[in-house]
Amino acid sequence: MTTLTVNGTEYPLDLADPRVTLLDALRDRLDLTGTKKGCDQGACGACTVLCDGRRVLACLTLAAQCDGREITTIEGLESHPMQDAFVRHDAFQCGYCTSGQIMSAVALLGENRAGTDADIREYMSGNLCRCGAYSNIVAAVREVARHA
Amino acid sequence: MREFRYERPSTVAEAIRAVAHDPEADFLAGGTTEVDLMKDGVFHPDLLVDITRLPLRGVRRNGTMLQVGALTTMEELAADRTLMERAPFVVEALLRGASVQLRNMATIGGNLLQRTRCRYFRDPAVPACNKREPGSGCEAVNSVARMHAILGASPACIALHASDMAVPLSALDAVVHIQSEEGERLVPLTQFYLMPGETPDRENVLRHGELITAVDIPLPPEGTRSIYLKIRDRASYEFALTSAAVAVVMDGPVIKEARVAMGGVGTIPWRGFEAEEVLREAPATPDTFRSAADGMIRDPFIVPGTAFKVELAKRTLIRALTEVTS
Repeated sequence: MTTLTVNGTEYPLDLADPRVTLLDALRDRLDLTGTKKGCDQGACGACTVLCDGRRVLACLTLAAQCDGREITTIEGLESHPMQDAFVRHDAFQCGYCTSGQIMSAVALLGENRAGTDADIREYMSGNLCRCGAYSNIVAAVREVARHA
Repeated sequence: MREFRYERPSTVAEAIRAVAHDPEADFLAGGTTEVDLMKDGVFHPDLLVDITRLPLRGVRRNGTMLQVGALTTMEELAADRTLMERAPFVVEALLRGASVQLRNMATIGGNLLQRTRCRYFRDPAVPACNKREPGSGCEAVNSVARMHAILGASPACIALHASDMAVPLSALDAVVHIQSEEGERLVPLTQFYLMPGETPDRENVLRHGELITAVDIPLPPEGTRSIYLKIRDRASYEFALTSAAVAVVMDGPVIKEARVAMGGVGTIPWRGFEAEEVLREAPATPDTFRSAADGMIRDPFIVPGTAFKVELAKRTLIRALTEVTS
């Protein structure tokens, strides 16, 4: 039996079939559907979560590899200022990429890489937004970074 | 994805034994290429041996050498202060590859072994791919090609080597540590990759059951200037159309020592020995740079979609040389 620790809660997981990705385990087994499945091939960033504090792609991570690791999903953020900033800056349209954007942006703050708009664009480039809300996403991240 | 078994041994020896004794087994590290290809149905091992928790992680200074554990992530290596000071072009290449999320997962050993981005290779619905199905032909040569190789390519395969990091590491003569049940062997990175020739399915010298455990990066002399220039279709999170890794030691206007390698052009990371000969002891002038570029892109194999790369590659190298020597 594998144990996934997600947002501080331990979940036993039967991975007799190890093909289950972290993304599918979160959404289909643990009912944590805030993490989104976009491309499912590591290209779009919609499934970004934190693993032991670092942002990773849940679609290319096998759930079995996360045994004993600390996973943080969008459900684990407790009224983070980044969520508030995304709302106030209208940093989305359809919202499908948003939880991945926010997880990536929260990690970015911890990496101290939000110094300039160019840095924010560069280090957020793994999160695609097909609605093209990029300028508002940059504005939201910039604001939280300045007040951090 | 086809079914497979998953194991996570606790020692390097156990991991190597597990893979060596099962011809359909493979190691699993960051998984950023491997899991992707398994989903696509291109790669189907029956056993994955997870090595991510083995003690092969971290960077150690050893005299004039950096010894990098194979499981060090791209982000971890990019944060190494010695590398930033002594060979910043390696850090630049690392940070211009993929995204932060992928670089937090992808390891240095795995980066060297990443598979080509050739779309015909990555799509099992395409019947002709000598790399995927030896002897089946090459769809890329006869169809739409763009992100493909012009050096080391042949009618059997024009698949490009996609790594950015391997380009400056080739220029620096990095050395790959390879462990097997028989022991350890060391292979220079410039001799690690194989030209496709008639066997594009064989990409490097690794034998089944061999594991990359570390990569040695010789540090260039103090005072070396370096640059990694990457040309691509968008500003970030994209593979190279062409790239140039250049390190030089200058004596006034004269180039005393030069290391050159290019990405985006070759079936393997392309070391420019001839270009280096042109540059050594030569004045840093446009004529010198053009001669070096001509020596770099020698006898290209082009198809209509890749013809633009010949001049683009030369201009990429000339611009990198101009910037790094000025």
